[in-house]
Amino acid sequence: MSLDTSATSQVPNEAGRFGDFGGRYVPETLTAALDQLAREYEAAQADESFQAQLDDLWRNYVGRPSPLYFADRLTQQCGGARIYLKREDTNHTGAHKINNTLGQALLTMRMGKQRVIAETGAGQHGVATATACARFGLPCVVYMGEEDIRRQAPNVFSMKLLGAEVRPVTSGSRTLRDAINEAMRDWMSSVETTHYIIGSVVGPHPFPMIVRDYQSVIGRETKQQCFDQIGRLPDAVVACVGGGSNAAGMFYPFVDHGDVELIGVEAGGLGSQIGQHASPLSYGQPGVLHGSFSYVMQDEDGQTSDVHSVSAGLDYPGVGPEHSYWKATGRVKYSACDDETALAAFDTLARTEGILPALETSHAVAKAMELAATRSADEVIVICLSGRGDKDAAEVARLRGV
Amino acid sequence: MSAVDELFSRLKGEGRKALMPFVVAGDPDLDFTARLIASLSGLGCHLCEVGIPYSDPIADGPVIQAAYSRALDKHVTLAAILDMLRGTAAEVSAPLVTMVSYAIVYRHGLEAYVADAKAAGAAGLIVPDLPVEESGRLAKICAAEDLSLIQLVTPTTSPERTKQIVETSTGFLYYVSVVGITGERNELPPELVENVGRLREQTELPICIGFGISTPEHVRLLAPVADGLIVGSAIVRQIAECESRSADEVQQQVEAYVAELLAALG
Repeated sequence: MSLDTSATSQVPNEAGRFGDFGGRYVPETLTAALDQLAREYEAAQADESFQAQLDDLWRNYVGRPSPLYFADRLTQQCGGARIYLKREDTNHTGAHKINNTLGQALLTMRMGKQRVIAETGAGQHGVATATACARFGLPCVVYMGEEDIRRQAPNVFSMKLLGAEVRPVTSGSRTLRDAINEAMRDWMSSVETTHYIIGSVVGPHPFPMIVRDYQSVIGRETKQQCFDQIGRLPDAVVACVGGGSNAAGMFYPFVDHGDVELIGVEAGGLGSQIGQHASPLSYGQPGVLHGSFSYVMQDEDGQTSDVHSVSAGLDYPGVGPEHSYWKATGRVKYSACDDETALAAFDTLARTEGILPALETSHAVAKAMELAATRSADEVIVICLSGRGDKDAAEVARLRGV
Repeated sequence: MSAVDELFSRLKGEGRKALMPFVVAGDPDLDFTARLIASLSGLGCHLCEVGIPYSDPIADGPVIQAAYSRALDKHVTLAAILDMLRGTAAEVSAPLVTMVSYAIVYRHGLEAYVADAKAAGAAGLIVPDLPVEESGRLAKICAAEDLSLIQLVTPTTSPERTKQIVETSTGFLYYVSVVGITGERNELPPELVENVGRLREQTELPICIGFGISTPEHVRLLAPVADGLIVGSAIVRQIAECESRSADEVQQQVEAYVAELLAALG
């Protein structure tokens, strides 16, 4: 086994650092709440009854473990390595996001906070937060960019049905980045009574660690299922990366298994020019955004650049600090997949396997198909099928003029 | 001793308090900002905070956010702002302090930012998204260049953290009056005066209060307990009227408003 010695799973440190990345760059007003969250999280991790409650919710409410499914016809079509799908799309609410929101909802109550706020891009995290809040009777406000409200309308309606208030964000690019800004501003005023359930491995410490840990159930199950089904670990694991929560949850349990290739796929959008894509790991540089030091798309003054992706969930100029750490250490290879290739993979998976993936997930499917074609049939590639694509059907129809 | 230290030591000797307006660089343009800083200093304002526009300011309310957006829409750059400061600082008596996001400082380079701000005549900086545990490196660079690095204490800051912050802040302590974002408020928290009194027991540093201060009544209430008062959104909101009125009229209106606050300061 060629254990990779440069990256370790023993991160972050007490200051929230993954190597050089991470940390906590927030107004003083929020630091007390972040300290409290870090303390309560640590206590909850050591509390067997808390863990038992979360495990029960994952099993009986979410439907975990999610299947690891051999995609026979997709494999045949690619003509190479065997492709397996880790079916997070089969979770309650249709994506991996619920793994984290249930954990953080329990933390909210443990901290004695009575209200929840969240941001959402594609609406999957918004729906998952609204769901967890409905389940526990917590009032919930979700901030969502106006552009995303337009292109992810079915999820907006679901959030409202679940009793959440959806607040449209009209500043800036009216997408995920601006939704995070507005949620942070709400939290600046409400921090004493409100918990902010961040949906990705981004933001100030301890959020990137907490979200990664709750999402790591994906990678842990995948390892076990691989042992059960193929008797060994896979050769490669592929996941899409926006903020990077499904990828972090899938990759983290494999980090110390250096012989498993880890491949992250960013949104390549329309091209490599600034403003045309949402691929900070591929084209950006280290900087500060939303409380964390990580790769980001910025201009030379440090102003955040506009980004583009066909998928609302990847349409974000930053990325979680642990991904920057994995890039810097070389443990994970990152590349970008453009809009058109992702849309083609969306079609292919629908027609070969009868599974409509989310547009976000389609980026990972595209990359895995490309990779599979170059590998032998002895090899196994697992795709983190992070979410279902029903929410995208209307937007895809609109893009195709249907 | 930075110019900020000199200011407060002089005011203390005279038994007087500081009024510190905040303006956004480049809203509606840098010429206006330069003229306004000069005129507010001439009126008797003691220090001027110059906001460097940032695309994602999470501590700011809608008024300052919108001003930052207007300035960035016109492509104001850090280089142009520093040029404007260089021309202005030499001509005004009030020390100038930049209010700047760490995203901008980091991208420019910490040493380069401090050196360039100092060369432009700035006396200090406030980095509202750089909490004390992340501020060590910048604090060292500022100390070497004799620039004040002003840190913030808020109502949510624990006594232990307050101790750490007062040990590292230089120039003055910025006490945030409310749990919230910048913006005018009719009512300030009832416990504010008491909170500032408690902070006073922990430090020799001058204490200046900001967030929400907008009326002569606020000034009369808080001047006795503080060393200085910061007024931001109330000024920036008036400057926004430049979109529909002449800049000269707006400048006169801001001057009249600030004169009222100065009168209330006594």
